[in-house]
Amino acid sequence: MVGSQSNSNPARIPALGFRALALVTLSILLMWLDNREHHLDTVRRAIGVAVYPVQIVVDTPARLWSWLRENSASKNQLQLENSRLRTEALITRGRMQELAALKAENDRLRAMLDAREQVRGEVRVAGIMAVDANPYRHNIVLDVGTREGVYDGQAIVDASGVVGQVIETGLTTSQAILISDPDHALPVVVNRNGLRTVAFGTGEYNRLSLPFLANNADIETGDLLVTSGLGGAFPAGYPVAVVENVTRLPQEPFAEVTATPAAALDQVREVMLIWTRKQDDGAGDE
Amino acid sequence: MSNARALRQLPVLTTLLIAFMLMIVPMPAAAEPFRPDWLALVLVFWAMTVPRSYSVGIAWLIGIVLDVAQGTLLGQHALALCIIVYITVKFHLLMRVFPLSQLTATVFALLTLYQFLLFWINGVAGVTASAIDYWGPVVSGTIVWPFLSIVLSGLRYRVQTGG
Repeated sequence: MVGSQSNSNPARIPALGFRALALVTLSILLMWLDNREHHLDTVRRAIGVAVYPVQIVVDTPARLWSWLRENSASKNQLQLENSRLRTEALITRGRMQELAALKAENDRLRAMLDAREQVRGEVRVAGIMAVDANPYRHNIVLDVGTREGVYDGQAIVDASGVVGQVIETGLTTSQAILISDPDHALPVVVNRNGLRTVAFGTGEYNRLSLPFLANNADIETGDLLVTSGLGGAFPAGYPVAVVENVTRLPQEPFAEVTATPAAALDQVREVMLIWTRKQDDGAGDE
Repeated sequence: MSNARALRQLPVLTTLLIAFMLMIVPMPAAAEPFRPDWLALVLVFWAMTVPRSYSVGIAWLIGIVLDVAQGTLLGQHALALCIIVYITVKFHLLMRVFPLSQLTATVFALLTLYQFLLFWINGVAGVTASAIDYWGPVVSGTIVWPFLSIVLSGLRYRVQTGG
């Protein structure tokens, strides 16, 4: 082993220390730039394009599996599912009619109050790639990017509630942070009485914490929390979580309140992206 | 000539690619903290075996790509990989004659240093994570190392002749 390289003193690797030092300095510089400013987004995007094929390959088995499962489902099963979905669609359509009437009423009332018109953005369904992202955060990788008009800070919801928001966009993929990440905070209101507060992630998929509620705040187990729209990232009125537990501590200024996210954060495979900005016209449809 | 050389690199590049895929393959949430640092392990092996071809430069490049794939701070993994590969290359002659038990202990130390560097950078950047996220990969990586080194040794002779 050693002998095969002994023709030119194998212990000497030319300029190893110098190269290592240069690269370490470069890394520190890069990290500093990346953390302080956001000048490196284009660099990230360029490298991201190179990573994309690998992500596709890693994602393929999961995709293949679900495709196979769909294809091998028996006719009977499909018929059952079909009839179930038809019933569901009927119910949903019925509710939609109700909603249309409510919306008309709401618009009329808002017009009477001279209130600003509420923004209801465009929506697009995106898949979550079966690729693991940052081990220190609750992140997911979506299969859409700037090509589809995705932008930083965009809101993500699923059928039952808020999932998270986009934090990094590549050309063909983007990374999103879940509301359960310890570094994520979301402005919410209690649906019952309009009490405003902030919901923080805890690092657990099934729990959010609401640390800034006073002991005498009017909040109860079972209260629905919806987005308040105050942060600007999320449109108002989307369900976020249901209050799970309220512990009032007489010796502390704030109560301990936890909530369960409405969306199944660790199970979703498909999510909806919401466009609330007007600048992305044309890119985000179909 | 250069073609034959490229052919000899192929096994190494393949193992690096596979290691990279193992880094981003999804795992059940319970097993997630125990994902070994495949790239660090494979890079340490090749840096020890063919230090002339696989040294700090390639480790740094792979680290940058890993940073982009995982969305960590750009340069975080690059720095950590660069430093453990530097140490490996510096002591590669010593490490080659180590018996497997001693080599595994060395790899344990390298992985601990690797995770410590990541932890340190996370601390400076204000990213919080629990202790298991750092210790899990060290433990699983050390357990995996003997098997990995046996598999990679099979590939070694073909690569090394051109080293």
